[in-house]
Amino acid sequence: MSHEFLYALLGVGLFTLGLYALIVHAHLLRKILAINVMGSGVFLVLVALGGRTPGAPPDPVPHAMVITGIVVAISATALALALMLWVHAKTGRARLPEERLE
Amino acid sequence: MSVADRNRLSLVFRLVLLLLLLVLAGGLAYVVLSLPGQAVGLSERVAASMETSGVSNPVTAVLLNFRGYDTLLEMAVLLVALQGVWSLGSAAVHRRVDPEPVLLFLVGVLVPMMMLMAGYLLWAGAAAPGGAFQAGSVLAAAVILLLLASKYLPVRLSGWPLRVVLVLGLGAFVAVGATLLSANGAFLQYPNGLAGGLILFIEAAATLSIGVTLAALFLGGKPGSQQ
Repeated sequence: MSHEFLYALLGVGLFTLGLYALIVHAHLLRKILAINVMGSGVFLVLVALGGRTPGAPPDPVPHAMVITGIVVAISATALALALMLWVHAKTGRARLPEERLE
Repeated sequence: MSVADRNRLSLVFRLVLLLLLLVLAGGLAYVVLSLPGQAVGLSERVAASMETSGVSNPVTAVLLNFRGYDTLLEMAVLLVALQGVWSLGSAAVHRRVDPEPVLLFLVGVLVPMMMLMAGYLLWAGAAAPGGAFQAGSVLAAAVILLLLASKYLPVRLSGWPLRVVLVLGLGAFVAVGATLLSANGAFLQYPNGLAGGLILFIEAAATLSIGVTLAALFLGGKPGSQQ
């Protein structure tokens, strides 16, 4: 197994880890962080699989897509954080109303 | 339901969830491992058209030339995200604290170096790893450092001058595309020989816009609308 697949499997692991945290934690900041970890996993899979070109430079198209994805992820995170602060200002708690208290 | 029952239920829930996620991870890992070990993908087609792209870094060529639409729409996504943040309220009023001398010294040393680095990354993007996004994020980090050190930009700049810089990247992109559309009938189809210059022009405008947009997102609201 070449190291590209090792990195891709690591990306799959990060994605699953993030999904677990997204479901389990009620606090919105943890949910936002979890989505970011999931996104990093997807980026890692894309970049790693773009390297399956023996003896040649990696495929630039997935790399360019990941750069685009990172910028979109940053702006989505910023918007999500602003929404979280808004929810906190309105309800006093940074969690969704349907989440029961622990 | 007693607390102990609830805790046991929560434990069962977590175990079932863990099991389901392990199945998902196993399925994803199987799909990844069943991919062919060698795949050239689009790298050969990119390499074949590199001469006409105007730059020698394949990632920049894909971003600004072959798949220029992606980058154009991404600039729009940045602007829309900022619109969303601004629509939620005005920027929080920061407590004006006297920054520590160490921070002030560091800001004085780091910010000019970061400006220089942003310029270098923008220029290097044509031939090496770098480009508008990397340069823009370094620029944003410099502005955020200034904000953290309580060095505010003049409030009068938060009106239309800020908005001009915010839309500069998208505006330059669309202007180049529209000019090319009227000249040779194809949107963002750079003519031979002009591609390098046009890409640098778009990237320079995009760097400024990305840097200022990210710093504005950091403020968490519309600046200057309060007080």
